[in-house]
Amino acid sequence: MDIRIPVGTWIADFFDWVEVAFGWFFEPLRSLFLGLYDAVAWVFGTPPALVVIALVAVGALLARGWRFAIGSALGLLFIVGVDQWDNAVASLSLVLVAAFLAIAAAVPLGIWAARNDRVSKTLKPILDFLQTLPAFVYLPPALALLRIGVAPAVIATFIFAIAPGVRLTELGIRGVDKEVVEAGQAFGAHPRRILRQIQLPLAMPSIMAGVNQVIMLSLSMVVIAAMVGAPGLGQDVVQSISALNVGLGFEAGLSVVVLAILLDRFTASFGKGMGLYSTWRRRRLAQREADEQARFDAEILEVGGPRRSPGGLGG
Amino acid sequence: MNDDTIALRAEGLYKVFGRHADEAVIALHRGTPRDELGAATTAAVIDASFEVRHGEIFVVMGLSGSGKSTLIRMLNGLHGATAGTVEVGGERLTDISPKRLREIRRRRISMVFQHFALLPHRTVIDNVAYGLEIQGVERDERIARARRVTEIVGLQGWEEKHPSELSGGMQQRVGLARALAADTDVLLMDEAFSALDPLIRREMQDQLLELQAELGKTIIFITHDLNEAMYIGDRIAVMRDGRIVQIGSPEDILTNPANDYVEQFVQDVDRTKVLTAESVMRKPRAVVHVGAGPRAALTLMRDEQVAGAYVVSKDRSIVGWVRDRDVFDLVRRGVKDLSSVIQSDHGAVATDTALADLFIPSLEAALPLGVLDSRDRLVGVIPRVTLLAALGGEPEAAVQAAPRPDPMPTAEVDQVLEAAVGAGAAEPKEAL
Repeated sequence: MDIRIPVGTWIADFFDWVEVAFGWFFEPLRSLFLGLYDAVAWVFGTPPALVVIALVAVGALLARGWRFAIGSALGLLFIVGVDQWDNAVASLSLVLVAAFLAIAAAVPLGIWAARNDRVSKTLKPILDFLQTLPAFVYLPPALALLRIGVAPAVIATFIFAIAPGVRLTELGIRGVDKEVVEAGQAFGAHPRRILRQIQLPLAMPSIMAGVNQVIMLSLSMVVIAAMVGAPGLGQDVVQSISALNVGLGFEAGLSVVVLAILLDRFTASFGKGMGLYSTWRRRRLAQREADEQARFDAEILEVGGPRRSPGGLGG
Repeated sequence: MNDDTIALRAEGLYKVFGRHADEAVIALHRGTPRDELGAATTAAVIDASFEVRHGEIFVVMGLSGSGKSTLIRMLNGLHGATAGTVEVGGERLTDISPKRLREIRRRRISMVFQHFALLPHRTVIDNVAYGLEIQGVERDERIARARRVTEIVGLQGWEEKHPSELSGGMQQRVGLARALAADTDVLLMDEAFSALDPLIRREMQDQLLELQAELGKTIIFITHDLNEAMYIGDRIAVMRDGRIVQIGSPEDILTNPANDYVEQFVQDVDRTKVLTAESVMRKPRAVVHVGAGPRAALTLMRDEQVAGAYVVSKDRSIVGWVRDRDVFDLVRRGVKDLSSVIQSDHGAVATDTALADLFIPSLEAALPLGVLDSRDRLVGVIPRVTLLAALGGEPEAAVQAAPRPDPMPTAEVDQVLEAAVGAGAAEPKEAL
């Protein structure tokens, strides 16, 4: 007997139903994605390439230091040199929009999962599913709902990239020293306040690692997104396959690598205390604390009894 | 007990983790041992009831797994009670809304943690001010108040450092200052000194006692260290397997352990630091009234078979002591007044002197060491045998301890020895 489980039909029917029931929802969504994309593309695409490169180099200097500044300038000049600048701007815009949306969704979800075991247990298999299903599979329904162009690429990238953001946020918040959270509770702090003043600051390294992962996964979708008509470096890669154009493929591919390194190093440096900006900030903070301490020491406190000294405790 | 004097009251507290918690409470209440509850159910605290008075240091003592950490977290609602009630300053803390609970935590009860639980991204002063910040105290005001407390715990000059720049002992001072700054009546301390080096720990214990005397806070202190419990506790609750097995003063626990477990536990305690003169002293056998004549005194000493006696005045306050020989002389010379032979160097100690501080006075005193109450009245004596017996953990043994036999008078012994030699009874020298 020939038994076949008609999963395909069910899912197709499901998406048909979604299209009918929520069609009103997808048109504004498409406009939103396109609007965001155009805005980012305008920011990076309007000024001459060299101006953008100079600005990126300055940003790199502030974030990580002069070595990274020189490296990023050279990398971007390479992209201009192989005539992939416009494609790179398009890809970068797509990645930034999708990653921004994914992070905006992932962090709150991660916080929710960290605070509620049931949510955590429900989200876990869903995230596993999203992460392991081949990325190409998202494309047809995205195409059906959002039509060809940037919008389906954004949604497919979003779905593909969201998982590590949620996971690392949850992990970070759950990893915050339980006693410190208890301290917040014991002094009567509201849970929102504990989240803002204790959990989020202490979970920040893990959350930033999640942000980094989301951006890197978004970038890895650049080529796949090209298949649903998203502009950018992916277009040339796809074209090089059909035309067996080795040179074009590598030029576009290497440009992706440059973007990847740039984005990775930029996001990895957040909160790590590297670069000029962190140095300035540290110096300013230390100065303020020293001033404050000097003010404290100068004032005489009207506390009775001899002054106790913490001496002998080791510093 | 009057309600005003109670800072915190726990009644019939149960904490059961896992499934079927309510049924487990009923079963435990009926007397089911906690190992028979099933694998999925853990009873951490079973039927805990106690009252803590204002200004008292109440220590909960138990080994790990005895439920003491769970118990202390129920006292400020970090763990909800499965059954039972907690009242702080007359306000119920169990079964109330989260908002109300936060309110009570802000105003009534603060906590010091085992691993300090400081906010690592904030400076010392901001950590100390944290409780006040939560209470909604305005910034300048809370910094001013935090600075005062920071000074009290001896951290002046460190206000703008971060916790990671401080040693363990100093970090815990910050933890203590944070709890003190919140200005709540009740302080919970969860193994607060357990993570510190022994020397620093002793220093912190002393400081806590000092602060307690100064500020009069009610402190509930959790520890697994019996010596620590005995040192700082006014009263101690000993926990085992989730139950409180005994509540009492340190001396109570040491001298009247409620069961074998407690007894075994207190075996290792340094008794000389916990027991006081009062707990080992005996009734003085021979006390002479200062107005009594030498004849009465000598009669008393003969009847009691003692070589000397303490002399007290009418209100039993100590005057000195007399030796039987001197009184004997007085009687022979027919003097009617004792005062000429009373020696004033009686060397008596106060009732709250620790056993450890009794040894030297005991050696120096000619009579069994006298014990005086706060009004200098002689309330007891401590013979040296009693001191030794108390050290061995058997204060009762001293009652039966017979006095060491006196050597026979030398004259008689010489007489007998000489007679034996005269009779020619030779003895091999080696036998000597």
